[in-house]
Amino acid sequence: MHIPDGFLSAEVAAACAVPAAGAVAYGLRRASRELDERRVPVLGVTAAFVFAAQMLNFPVAGGTSGHFLGAALAAILLGPWLACVVMSVVLVVQSFVFADGGVTALGANVLNMGVIGALVVGGLMLAARSVLPRRRGVLLAVSAGGAWLAVMAGATACSLELALSGTVPLGTVLPPMLGVHALIGVGEGIITAAAVSALLVARPDVVPATNPLPDPAVA
Amino acid sequence: MRVFTILALALAVGLGTALAPFASSSPDGLQTVASRTAFVDRGHSHEAPVAGYAFPGIRDARLATGLSGFTGTVAVFLVGYGVAALMRRRTT
Repeated sequence: MHIPDGFLSAEVAAACAVPAAGAVAYGLRRASRELDERRVPVLGVTAAFVFAAQMLNFPVAGGTSGHFLGAALAAILLGPWLACVVMSVVLVVQSFVFADGGVTALGANVLNMGVIGALVVGGLMLAARSVLPRRRGVLLAVSAGGAWLAVMAGATACSLELALSGTVPLGTVLPPMLGVHALIGVGEGIITAAAVSALLVARPDVVPATNPLPDPAVA
Repeated sequence: MRVFTILALALAVGLGTALAPFASSSPDGLQTVASRTAFVDRGHSHEAPVAGYAFPGIRDARLATGLSGFTGTVAVFLVGYGVAALMRRRTT
């Protein structure tokens, strides 16, 4: 879903860069207040895993491929605001080193593939925590469903940005974007739930949702 | 945490290096929609050291992708770790 340069108007690109930069800046501020020294490696490893997994395009219907985005997984492990930092690190390296995603579209890409998904899943986790029992099955269901929703929300935002840029009418771009990303989102849900499930077995302390103490990075 | 970090990083580097060369090369969701709704030509890519995940100077396409995956995964880990280490909470 990486938008290249040329798809967005300057106005839309700028209008996306502002909230994206704001969310990342807020994430960095939260880190300086809450990120414990022992969790510093978790941030680095999550970013590395997201980058690597994003390279693994899997085929979906009709000669199209999709890949893992990772905002949902990052939000579950680190909270939504630190997830914004993780996703911006990944997307900045992808754009500047690998020309994957435009430089002028960087704000939109951070917004679509990072901030929106992280906040959707962060909100969902918060809501689930207050109304649902704290059980493994619940966490995995929220992980999978949240990951799917994060991809759909990102695809919707991407379509709106393209329409507002005058690149393509919304009625033309939104239905196929949602159609193909409904499938890609299933992949996102499976990978996210599998990763959370594996961590719950190997290192449950890395998944803050299972900690008895409330996690300050999520609230 | 050190053992976890090393193992998890090894997994990520392994995926990026060994599996990435065999990933699907079909266009992704946005590219497909852009082609079908006729705005794909508006896009243009920019200069970058390893544009398109093809490591420069490597003829074998799979090797070039694997090397890009290795480099990128390690680079993202270092940047992410560095940012987190700089910004982390300091207890005085």
